[in-house]
Amino acid sequence: MNRPTDEFFQRDRTWHPPAYARDYKTSVARSPSLPLLSLQQSLSEVTGPTFGPRDIGPLDHDLIRNYAHGGEPVGERIIVHGRVLDENARPVPNTLVEVWQANAGGRYRHKKDTYLAPIDPNFGGCGRALTDAEGRYFFRTVKPGAYPWRNWVNNWRPAHIHVSVFGSGFIQRLITQMYFEGDPLIHRCPIVTTIPDARAIDSLIAPLDMNAAVPLDCLAYKFDIVLRGRRSTLFENRLEGN
Amino acid sequence: MVQPLDYLKETPSQTAGPYVHIGLAPGAAGFEIFETELGRDIAGPNAAGERIEIEGTVFDGTGAPMKDVLIETWQANAAGIHPHPADPRAAEVEDGFRGWGRVISDFDTGRWSVATVKPGAVKGRSNRMMAPHLSLWIVARGINVGLQTRMYFGDETEANAADPVLNLIEQAHRRATLIAERTAPGRYRFDIHLQGDRETVFFDI
Repeated sequence: MNRPTDEFFQRDRTWHPPAYARDYKTSVARSPSLPLLSLQQSLSEVTGPTFGPRDIGPLDHDLIRNYAHGGEPVGERIIVHGRVLDENARPVPNTLVEVWQANAGGRYRHKKDTYLAPIDPNFGGCGRALTDAEGRYFFRTVKPGAYPWRNWVNNWRPAHIHVSVFGSGFIQRLITQMYFEGDPLIHRCPIVTTIPDARAIDSLIAPLDMNAAVPLDCLAYKFDIVLRGRRSTLFENRLEGN
Repeated sequence: MVQPLDYLKETPSQTAGPYVHIGLAPGAAGFEIFETELGRDIAGPNAAGERIEIEGTVFDGTGAPMKDVLIETWQANAAGIHPHPADPRAAEVEDGFRGWGRVISDFDTGRWSVATVKPGAVKGRSNRMMAPHLSLWIVARGINVGLQTRMYFGDETEANAADPVLNLIEQAHRRATLIAERTAPGRYRFDIHLQGDRETVFFDI
């Protein structure tokens, strides 16, 4: 059976950062210099891995508890929640959302991170969750700290959480970063400003969400994620021909 | 004035950064947190077809191996079927075949390798057969939007010559950048070059 609705909208490359961004120095030698080859989608691209509850553990979405060794991690307790939608504003259910972040002092639990802020013995810094039928996900964690990085002499990353999302087709695959409302470092960051359009940058900044905060326990931030939408093929050739 | 188009805009991409391993391959990066590490077993124990190993290195524009890359692979099984509801034959896929893999390059050498089964040919657009291939997605520090490409097999000369995607590449000599060299029975080598004379063909799909 042909599934003519399985193709995805074209990716708007002017909305995403360009591969080559001079002020983000590492991108200079890591950006293809020749044009990308434009390809019409086939079954190889509109399909992708699927995930289910058996793939993840019961604490995977709770970064306050999933690496705790007899104590609680240090830092501002927060909930990060939102929905995964597509460009048609339809929820993306049962999709895998993975996150990773520095601890409250701005230090990653990674052997390549040598920043002088200390490792937190009770904080691993990674989590994962499946979206529900309405595309909703949530994590509990501590707010990550800002940290310096080697680009210009005095560059600092704004507080951020890395987010990885799948969707239903391999070409919806997306990695991005979530920033926090009110952080003065956001617009000074050469990684953030690889994104040319100010509205696109705004879409990565999570607002404080007092409605989702838990009184006397933790604050909340809301971060919706939009993946490429599916096209309803009206008068076009079908993906698999006739 | 016209009516507004009310589509949402895709969330913009940001680099995976140097610590992508924490989130996506914590076990491979040397710390134990999850019971199940995802993407380690592509084919599972029941998959038919030839068991193969693919190894390679990703090189930056200066020719240096990239030691902080994460690659995801996606493929059909040996019969050319994807384990996904959009594939009309998905019910025939062997139990345990995920088709999806995730690997990081070695912190010291930049080498990566994956074990899987060789995929079968897949029907492409207009019913034209596509030669056996893996779809690859490459992220790392310095890569602002994940790079999409394909890996074909060097011992599929006839199928590769007829492949509709390889034939889209205008400069014929660049087609070889998508074809893995067979170095021994069941072993392939696939190097990826982000820039330079051998720059890999990357896709906008």
